[in-house]
Amino acid sequence: MTPAISARDLRKVYPGDPPVVALDGVSIDIRDNEFFTLLGPSGCGKTTLLRMIAGFEHPTAGTLSMHGENLLDSPPHKRPVNTVFQSYALFPHLTVSQNISFGLEMLGKPADEIKATVDEMLALVKMEAMADRQTSQISGGQQQRVALARALAPRPRVLLLDEPLSALDFKLRKEMQLELKRLQTETGITFIFVTHDQEEALTMSDRIAVMNAGSVRQIGQPRDIYDHPAERFVADFIGDTNFLAGEIISTENGHAEVRLTSGKTVPAPAPEETQSGRKITLAVRPEHAGISAGNDGLLSGDLREVVYFGTDTHFHVALDDGTAFVVRRQNRPDVASDLQAGTRVSVDFPPLTGQVLRD
Amino acid sequence: MSDLSSSAAKHASRTRWLLLTPALVILVFAASGPLLITLVYSFLTAGAYGGVEWQFSWDAWFNVVFERDIFEDTLGFSDAHLSIFWRSVKLSLLTTLFCIFFGFPTAYFIATRPKKQRDLWMLLIIIPFWTNLLIRTFAVVELIRNEGTVNTVLMALGIIDEPIQMLFTEFAILVGMVYVYLPLMVLPLYASMERLDFSLVEAGYDLYATRLKVLRRVILPLVKPGVIAGSILVFVPSLGAYVTPRVMGGGNQLMIGNLIELQFGQGRNWPLGAALSITLLAIVMIALMVYVRTAGENEVRHG
Repeated sequence: MTPAISARDLRKVYPGDPPVVALDGVSIDIRDNEFFTLLGPSGCGKTTLLRMIAGFEHPTAGTLSMHGENLLDSPPHKRPVNTVFQSYALFPHLTVSQNISFGLEMLGKPADEIKATVDEMLALVKMEAMADRQTSQISGGQQQRVALARALAPRPRVLLLDEPLSALDFKLRKEMQLELKRLQTETGITFIFVTHDQEEALTMSDRIAVMNAGSVRQIGQPRDIYDHPAERFVADFIGDTNFLAGEIISTENGHAEVRLTSGKTVPAPAPEETQSGRKITLAVRPEHAGISAGNDGLLSGDLREVVYFGTDTHFHVALDDGTAFVVRRQNRPDVASDLQAGTRVSVDFPPLTGQVLRD
Repeated sequence: MSDLSSSAAKHASRTRWLLLTPALVILVFAASGPLLITLVYSFLTAGAYGGVEWQFSWDAWFNVVFERDIFEDTLGFSDAHLSIFWRSVKLSLLTTLFCIFFGFPTAYFIATRPKKQRDLWMLLIIIPFWTNLLIRTFAVVELIRNEGTVNTVLMALGIIDEPIQMLFTEFAILVGMVYVYLPLMVLPLYASMERLDFSLVEAGYDLYATRLKVLRRVILPLVKPGVIAGSILVFVPSLGAYVTPRVMGGGNQLMIGNLIELQFGQGRNWPLGAALSITLLAIVMIALMVYVRTAGENEVRHG
């Protein structure tokens, strides 16, 4: 099947001294009906890529096509793509329903069809009661819904969302995350979602592209990305991670036997190209590791700090080789915390929970 | 408790009046006063050597509209007052339209420049404004007179054989006024465009609007306050313009301002001049009321 959006070696360089490279050879295939997220820190090029798909930016080099057809020659108003802007960009001189009908009017749809679609969209985002309000008279969350309805009304083949939840408060954001996912499933439209919030990306996306410094570092399903980060940047950006130095002893079907600085060995998934004898970094999630008093675990060190977080407790350990390591343990009211800062502890993690990074 | 608060309110209102006094004094003596004198003069009889005689008369008001009684011979111009009124209104409306036509793209251009460059562009718009009005007007004369730049260049290029008569026509007055009043249009337009959120323009394009549709359906409604302010700022002084029609029209294309000046000067008919001044004021006020009401209605219709 042809991908909904296919980008090949997209480059964007803004002239200047020195020139700014916003996109440095990005290639992505986004499937039809997919909730696809571009995730990365600010300045990683994710918004540039989104604006390129919308037609507001033109690449310096590379190709961009939609369902097999070249997109780059059409101006923004001819692309079957709609955007939910970060600031919503609702027309302040129009009412809620006039905002939603704008795109349909521009497409020259007949009046009765416009009315039917607007009503349908108002219902979809549960804003029927606000149809004749001015956009300045509704709350941020409601503006967000109107912006969504306005962008969905013309039935675009691809919907672009530029950090649409960043202006909402925490609770509303949670609600809208589920709402967005529901809308995507109901409408069957391909969503391309830009965010710097890893949690948002993990909860909503079918697939995530993690970007940094103008290039795509890893593409995969949320679980893949979280459990098997390909490189240090991805592991660090998504969730919390401990990095351990190690050496590959042997490899077999994508698994490597890793010797840690403590001399003990542990099996871990590794990229294909990993060779024996190489010094590598092993990433271990804090919640996958366990901690106990004593000296006989995989790693040992001194417990420096115990921080209580409500749902869990963080144990900050200084390992014997000097590395800092955090263990996260879920709290239970029936289990008393026995460990005190200053004690000698051993840190363990089960086989195959670590991930050998490519770097 | 209520006594206390009511006396406090009284005190506050007294302070308010005290603070308003300077403005009120200026209004009374500098605005209402002269206006009142003008109004009174318009109902008096003209003195033989200018000034007025304190004798009530409707003559001046009669002469504002009816020309035949007085204006056949003595002043040596044949234009009826009504045609001068019409020319003034027509030229002022055209000036306003052309100022919008040229000012809009200019303001849009400046508002879309990087922030650092905008002040420089605005300075370029304002500099001519700091120059003496007469000098600016004569600069335009130099351009369009028969031996002026435009005619010379056109003749040198062989496009025309003899100079086109442009100076001393209504066209000349229009060119002069558009040039002189353009900054008054650009300034408020720019102010409203600078505040325009350009992501709205992108949203328009994104929702399948062509450039023209974006301009009409998104940009224009949003900068309308600027267009209204600019139109008023251009239309009002255009209607009362004196220097530009005098220089560019050469004395035979009069506007209301010139007519009024004539009555107070050579004409020695102060009451008529006063009546004409009040008429001008009335025209301006009616025009503004009609304009603001139409613009306001649109506002309501859009919500």
